[in-house]
Amino acid sequence: MEFSIKGMLNPLLALQQAGKRPHTIQFPFEEKKVAERYRGLHFNDIEACIGCGTCSTICQNEAIDMVEIHPGDSESAKPGDSGLRPRVDNGRCCWCALCVEVCPTGSLSLTSHYNYVSEDPDSFLWTPGVSNPEGRKELSFVSDTSHSLLDYARVPMRELEGKERIKSFAEVVLGYADEEAQKEAARCIGCSICTEVCPVHMHIPEYISAIEHGNNEDAIRIIYDNNPIGETCGKVCTRRCEEVCPLGARGEAIAIRWLKRYATEKAENADMIREIVNPEIKPPNGKKVGIIGAGPSGLTVAYYLALRGFDVTIYEAKAKAGGMIMYGIPKYRLPLDSLDKQVEYMQSIGVKIHFNTKVGEQISFSEIEKNHDAVFIGIGYEVPYTIGIDGENLENSIQAVNFLRDINADKHVDIGSRVAVIGGGNVAIDAARVSRRLGAEVTILYRRREEDMPADWEEIEGAKQEGVIIKTQAIPLNVVDDGSGRVKGIRYGNARMVTDEKGGRPRPELIEGDEHVLELDTIIGAIGQEADYSFIPEDLKEKIGFKSGRILTNEWQQTSVPHIFAGGDIVNRTADAISAVADGYKAVKGIEQFVFGK
Amino acid sequence: MREKETTLYLGPQHPGITGNMMVKLKVTGDTIVRAETHVGYLHRGFEKLMEVRNWMQVFPIVCRICVPEPDPNEENLARAIETLEGREVPERAQYIRVMVLELARLASYLLWFGGQSGSAGLYTMPQWSVGDRDYILDLFEELTGGRVYHMYIWAGGVRRDLPEGFADRVLRVMDYLEKRLKHYDNLMLDNSIFQKRAQGVGVIDREKALDWGIVGPPLRGCGFKHDVRIDDPYLVYDKLKFEVPTETGCDVWARALVRRREFEQSISIIRQVMEKMPGGDFYNKVPNPLHWKVPAGDVYVKTESARGEFGYYVVSDGSDKPRRVHVRGPAYVHGITLLEHLLQGANLADVSFIMNSLGTCPPEMER
Repeated sequence: MEFSIKGMLNPLLALQQAGKRPHTIQFPFEEKKVAERYRGLHFNDIEACIGCGTCSTICQNEAIDMVEIHPGDSESAKPGDSGLRPRVDNGRCCWCALCVEVCPTGSLSLTSHYNYVSEDPDSFLWTPGVSNPEGRKELSFVSDTSHSLLDYARVPMRELEGKERIKSFAEVVLGYADEEAQKEAARCIGCSICTEVCPVHMHIPEYISAIEHGNNEDAIRIIYDNNPIGETCGKVCTRRCEEVCPLGARGEAIAIRWLKRYATEKAENADMIREIVNPEIKPPNGKKVGIIGAGPSGLTVAYYLALRGFDVTIYEAKAKAGGMIMYGIPKYRLPLDSLDKQVEYMQSIGVKIHFNTKVGEQISFSEIEKNHDAVFIGIGYEVPYTIGIDGENLENSIQAVNFLRDINADKHVDIGSRVAVIGGGNVAIDAARVSRRLGAEVTILYRRREEDMPADWEEIEGAKQEGVIIKTQAIPLNVVDDGSGRVKGIRYGNARMVTDEKGGRPRPELIEGDEHVLELDTIIGAIGQEADYSFIPEDLKEKIGFKSGRILTNEWQQTSVPHIFAGGDIVNRTADAISAVADGYKAVKGIEQFVFGK
Repeated sequence: MREKETTLYLGPQHPGITGNMMVKLKVTGDTIVRAETHVGYLHRGFEKLMEVRNWMQVFPIVCRICVPEPDPNEENLARAIETLEGREVPERAQYIRVMVLELARLASYLLWFGGQSGSAGLYTMPQWSVGDRDYILDLFEELTGGRVYHMYIWAGGVRRDLPEGFADRVLRVMDYLEKRLKHYDNLMLDNSIFQKRAQGVGVIDREKALDWGIVGPPLRGCGFKHDVRIDDPYLVYDKLKFEVPTETGCDVWARALVRRREFEQSISIIRQVMEKMPGGDFYNKVPNPLHWKVPAGDVYVKTESARGEFGYYVVSDGSDKPRRVHVRGPAYVHGITLLEHLLQGANLADVSFIMNSLGTCPPEMER
């Protein structure tokens, strides 16, 4: 082609652009204003972060590792906090912000800060939030639950309606179907924070993963690895694990307890448990261990020692095994056949239980001591505290633990049509809900506020759904007599909450003159229990250390008398089944070490 | 005097090379006798990296396969996974994806404007077009949080919804770019010197174009009306009106004209998208990324990138990681077979010029 004049002159039109404003920004005199969702350097809210490490897991550049921010200071880490925090290698990071999208607590964000220059390569390792506290003011790409890749909503558990429930002692919780359980299990991020706080350190992420993939038998084996009453815990555990689940920070925790319930229920009877768990039972080692009390701690000791080849005998005062989980927990929470199945399985692997054998009556403590290489005491807290008010000894003023025990033993208890339960713990709620099932109008009187109640929030909700009235900040003053030695009502005073000068929780203070009488047929006291140590000979009692009614032990549950071990409520204050199992599990190791002189 | 054959190495460090690659040239005088493409400078191995990462972790990798135009990679991966899973993508997300892909095409062509004229010694043009490209990058920054690597299109939809008032800002940039095109023409395409340099250079044998698997503007510059958006429509391209321009010259000039006309088509597509943008969800959430498994199977998906048909062959064995992700970029043919062929007998000064007209991109050759 030929050169045209026009084609030669056209480029000169570019001169029109002279004098126009340049595109560029005159950095550093002029700062670039970045977009609202700019993905710059990280910031981590150190207080909100719990160190679950999900950011580190998802990072495909392996740019994030978890480091201790206060090395050597494990004390300051609160429960449910690993004490670790993410450290970002800005030399590897690609600012994809997947870490932000999977952060369960929402503590991790990217900021608008994009410019960092240093000669020192090590300085590119940042612990966001520690290295750049000023980042808090520069947040740009932030996590929120609507954008998060995690699922914050729990698969709802199907339950009987409140009105249906009070007609019988049928189990309230109906359980997950397969798809529901798998869906719930799939929400887990596998961080193991739950394992840390579980007293037994159950392998929670592992069995949840097995459930997710439909491997329920694997899940059962994993559960039985360190908890022989997994099904019980699946129904009634106090589940501290769920309190620390990172998903709970902004949504609903994984239903760890219900998933355990789902898996363990797949083994419908003792034979099936035996077949699935198929435990290795070591040949007899000739050592004998006597266990007093067939509660959760005693059963745990018995089960794992029996597997290790010990000759194990449990002495149980009552007609059935389980202790408080048998006689203290109402059957609508833990049905009898479920517990029977678990105990039967333990018996099948060699655990011997002598029922109706109260130590101190049918057999003496010294005899047990004499016949065994070691003794484990797990008698629980069965003797109720009295409320300490006038008229408490009237005929139909009863104690919750006795009431629950009688009901669970199928005895008839006449409570009339109006009942008041005094207390705010799980036992109080159980007594109230059982009373509802016996057809009574129930009021719970509790000294403090509802949020102060030690009972499980789900139990409190359940009680309300069933029509239990909870009267808080109500202090019982005395029981009103009807003149014939029976209860007519209870006089109580309303209280206001006052701050505790010593820094403790707020305490109730009676409002003068604000007194009322509640007319009733029965009063049920549920303010706590203690242990009955009368079977232990006096000279031995002096050698065993006690503190505030509890036996002192070392980390292996060994008392100051070397061959005597103890666990459960008589040792630890948490007073729940899972802590008792934990004690039992530790005692197994302790007894083994003691017997073999390790 | 008979001239001696000399070996020259263009790249990997050379202002005229496209990315980290090298062309080994045997020249006699300034005429090329033989050319060989050499890659191996990226040291990345994207495809292998993807096999050891879970499905979610793969997502931030793919954009890095193409710096100037990362979005077709993201869209391909997302669509492959969605096809394997049978996952629905909300309509709004599909429109947003088209917008992103076309914005990326414009940004990529703006870089091409710069590269094509810069390699002809016309240095004003790169200043302009790279500057104008930043207005598109501003839009990307606002939409995705990143200017170059957007990490925005992922399985199930897109990562965030459009920010408030975003459509207005997109349309404003479109109006601006449309005006700028006239200036570009004055400086570049209506410039006799550029025309002289481009016409009759890097001529592709029309008969062989299809056999060799040439795609995109180089193929359309040979008169073939081939465009995945029309031939095998994906997303909502079948609901949009646009032309597929072709030229018949088979040379650098024909390819330049094709791109110039496509630039206008993309502006038109973006305007239609902004007008038709439906409401509703922008994301159909995938399962927990730590446990996400994609059903076993294999799938080939393709998009029309600025350089031509861009495909992903994705194989899943049903696990939480891809078994295989094969990236099929146009540069694999354009940068090796075609480039080596076209350079034979070409002038040394035209090497970068021809490379730019083909859209060679080393990560597509060295995956």
